[in-house]
Amino acid sequence: MSPPPGATPAEEDRPDDVPGENPTGLARLRRSFLAPSRGQAVVALLVGVLAFAAVTQVRLNGADDTYAGLREAELVQALNGLQAASRKAERDITDLETTRDQLRSSTQRRTTALDQARQEVATLGVLAGTVPATGPGIRATVTDPKGDLTLNHLLDGVEELRNAGVEAIEINDRVRVIAQTSFEDDPEGVRVDGVLLKPPYVIDAIGDPGTLAGALDFQGGFIDDVKMDSGTVVVKKPDLVRVSTTRKPVKPRYAEAVPGQ
Amino acid sequence: MIAIIGLVVGVVLGLVLTPDVPLALQPYLPIAVVAALDAVFGAFRAFLDGIFDDKVFVISFVSNVLIAGMIVFLGDKLGVGAQLSTGVVVVLGIRIFSNVAAIRRHLFHA
Repeated sequence: MSPPPGATPAEEDRPDDVPGENPTGLARLRRSFLAPSRGQAVVALLVGVLAFAAVTQVRLNGADDTYAGLREAELVQALNGLQAASRKAERDITDLETTRDQLRSSTQRRTTALDQARQEVATLGVLAGTVPATGPGIRATVTDPKGDLTLNHLLDGVEELRNAGVEAIEINDRVRVIAQTSFEDDPEGVRVDGVLLKPPYVIDAIGDPGTLAGALDFQGGFIDDVKMDSGTVVVKKPDLVRVSTTRKPVKPRYAEAVPGQ
Repeated sequence: MIAIIGLVVGVVLGLVLTPDVPLALQPYLPIAVVAALDAVFGAFRAFLDGIFDDKVFVISFVSNVLIAGMIVFLGDKLGVGAQLSTGVVVVLGIRIFSNVAAIRRHLFHA
């Protein structure tokens, strides 16, 4: 055991001690309380410094600074833990982002398919006559003052229009002409799809106006035929032809769609 | 008597001022406090033995604090700061215990 600091083997001046006496420590303590000295002042100063530092350290220790007093090794350990946690969080983020992207792309595919289907429905609806249609085209008015026109004239006209790529036909604003439309003779005029139509016949056709008009008006064509039987045909090209009559879609009785086509 | 007044004044100052310790000194403050405690207890024991000298006390106080701080600083540089500071605290603790035992024998004769 080393000697206590502050002890000197040979003490020369003992201001508190009366020479020749050898008092006990307790007595010396008692005496020093009553007789302050320079040494005591120094001790007081240093003890005060010690108390000051101790209080500061206690306060620091109590403060909530988890990482401030840590050493390098401890900080590295804490950092490693945090890095592991952050790696795990990043993996979670990546997983969730993948899931989100998958969901988003599937939603997008579904939306695209839906848009395509809607477009197809509109296209097919025009062709099948289930929806009203509008667009450029011609309006051909056929008059028949003498009643000499027959069903064949009308059929010829419709056929010529079809050859010219017509997309929607309506006669007299009452009958929509589609693929299945039937034409019959009637004493008073013609029956189209069972509807009695009387002259003058007004044919609304949507398509390229020039092509449609040309299909009716050529040597020996529809207009010539009608004129030969003392009728007249007036072809107008309005900016917008409206085909507002619609048909109910008929479910085919015999034909079935081949799936997967 | 004056020593006790100094102690009280130091505690009050520490509580009132609440000084901010620089970050670089933070690892050394607890070691310095323990080293100073050792010096104070050693001085008290010397006083009771009748061999107290204020010059020796001042030097031992300052050198104790400085050496303890230096050992920890060196340990930090060598990468064993945590272990060395533990060792310093253990050694100083043993010295404090032995000093207190001597003081106890003086005061209570037991």
